[in-house]
Amino acid sequence: MAKSTRTPAGGPAAGQHEIKAGRPSQNEEGAGRLAPERLLELLYYMRLQRAVEDRGVKLYYQGRIPGAYFTGWGHEAIAVGATASLGPDDLLAPMHRDLAAYIMRGITVGEVFAQFLDREGGPTRGRDGNIHMGDPRRGILPFISHMGASVPVAAGMALACRQRGESRVVLTFFGDGATSTGAWHEGVNFAAVFRLPVILVLENNQYAYSTPLDRQTAARSFVDKAAGYGIPGVAVDGNDVLAVYGAAKDAVDRARDGVGPTLIECRTMRVRGHSEADKSSYVPKALLDEWAGRDPIAMFEQRLRDDGVLSDREDDAMRARIAQEVEDGLAWAEASPEPDPSTVAQGVYAEE
Amino acid sequence: MAQLTYLEAIRDGLRAEMRRDPRVFVLGEDIGVYGGAFKITDGFLDEFGPWRVIDAPLAETANVGAGIGAAVMGMRPVVELQFADFVTDAFTQVVNMAAKYHWRTRAPLPLVLRMPYGGDIKGGPFHSQCMEAWFAHTPGLKVVAPAFAEDAKGLLVAAIRDPNPVMYFEHKHLYRFRREEVPDGDYVTPIGRARLVREGAAVSVISYGWMLHKCVEAAELTAAQGIETDVLDLRTLAPLDRDAILESVRKTGKALIVHEASRTGGIGGEIAALIAEEAFDSLDGPVVRLASEDAPVPHNTALEAAFQPTVAEIADAIRRLAAY
Repeated sequence: MAKSTRTPAGGPAAGQHEIKAGRPSQNEEGAGRLAPERLLELLYYMRLQRAVEDRGVKLYYQGRIPGAYFTGWGHEAIAVGATASLGPDDLLAPMHRDLAAYIMRGITVGEVFAQFLDREGGPTRGRDGNIHMGDPRRGILPFISHMGASVPVAAGMALACRQRGESRVVLTFFGDGATSTGAWHEGVNFAAVFRLPVILVLENNQYAYSTPLDRQTAARSFVDKAAGYGIPGVAVDGNDVLAVYGAAKDAVDRARDGVGPTLIECRTMRVRGHSEADKSSYVPKALLDEWAGRDPIAMFEQRLRDDGVLSDREDDAMRARIAQEVEDGLAWAEASPEPDPSTVAQGVYAEE
Repeated sequence: MAQLTYLEAIRDGLRAEMRRDPRVFVLGEDIGVYGGAFKITDGFLDEFGPWRVIDAPLAETANVGAGIGAAVMGMRPVVELQFADFVTDAFTQVVNMAAKYHWRTRAPLPLVLRMPYGGDIKGGPFHSQCMEAWFAHTPGLKVVAPAFAEDAKGLLVAAIRDPNPVMYFEHKHLYRFRREEVPDGDYVTPIGRARLVREGAAVSVISYGWMLHKCVEAAELTAAQGIETDVLDLRTLAPLDRDAILESVRKTGKALIVHEASRTGGIGGEIAALIAEEAFDSLDGPVVRLASEDAPVPHNTALEAAFQPTVAEIADAIRRLAAY
């Protein structure tokens, strides 16, 4: 790791956040708990996120996506593994690297593309762009650009569940940069104080835009922060979908039992720019090389093949299904109208 | 009709809504065991229990954010900011998370933020501010500011029932100002409607909150000298009751706007612009604003008296306008 480029002289102590390229999951019981069809479903959603975002990248470079475009390339195991731990009535407060989470909780591929294209068919109907979307009716909080700001809101969603005696839990995602915000601290603390059923998933991808970890925290590791809030914390390989699933499932079970929130630090690498406009020239090549062989989808695919869960036939069928869904979704989005300019000032307020 | 203070009227409205609707709950600092810094929620913890009267950490972002989250889930949270001044710590949640929520999702966000605001309490620069214009400038928020006990109850009930985030500015100086008649039981003051509290043909005096009472006193002084004025209590600052403002100004041809918030960028500028745009042909004199100085709110009594509009200044302005 090229530490010298990451820690200017006089800056915080170097090398504290060194993340070794991990081994395949040690969480064998996590895998053992899931039936083959569930394992294939995890692969399917990881591939679907990648395929939709890959199509999005092409659209972006064709100039068809207005504004910024973000992907969760390399983060698919976190989005899918954590979201797979939820029950049907649970709630989600995601961010911009978790596309599969939105889809797993009911946003359609067509709606995703319509959102990317600023069309009326997107969840925000062109009022907001890129992946700034959600749908409260489907239990998905739309995040705002202010990182960390969803955490107190997720705590409030969980509070409502507790007040009504419901056993639902709230899963929220945030990045390493968000942990530096006051909102994150206040939200985690609030959830901890009231033992609220919140699953706090940190996607530690080592960079917040161009800012490295040692400019976010002087702590040896993010997961150590959990102790400061009096809650359990666990660090997992964020590129191992079963490790993420296993940790999230444990956290969901604890939350449902009324024990309160859990911080799960998923260690990964942002292998593309912050947005597609960012070539991330500030990331040392050695670091990218180190993670290049650890693609979460390729690793899981290999594992399922080794375990005899994924056959060539199933593989082909899954790829074909995803390709079709992407094309159908994009076609649906392209058929969706542009928002009517005369409606711009409507809907600012809810009617009685 | 009960004789209640403004503070008791807030308590009465809040308790009535909590009894009527199990979704309504209160959350804030020191509001449960202690009953609130101003004792608005005194006795609530015993009646409603700890899941509906929530003593929260000293964390405005978390408390407002949690209120938003509960509102997302269909609850009807009333979050108390101990002093309105502290809302600056929750600015992102109010202005970005709450205000833009319906526009992005088409889902309701029934949230009330109780904002104890205003000066003349020896509070100084961090316990006296009038920051209502910040929020009136933010599309997606409603802003109310009652001047009378009756409306303190009625507007709070309306705010709780409203499907949007409502900033409820309650003036601390008015809490124990005097007793007034307040309707018993279910009582609503509609959001978005001003009220003419005094009628006269010479000048339209437009105000709200604590200054409204100074305006009434000034109007009584000038009336004794034969100058009868309209005194309009705005009650809601967003959305403004444009019709009531314009109707009064078209009648009198003179407008005096008085508020406690600092002059520059205050609500008064917006009202002056509205009058200039929509009632120019009716004007017989300049639109005049009286507001606090463009300075932080001072702690010293003499400084604060010099800072705020006084009854004498308001009466002088009425006389000057009437002379046009």
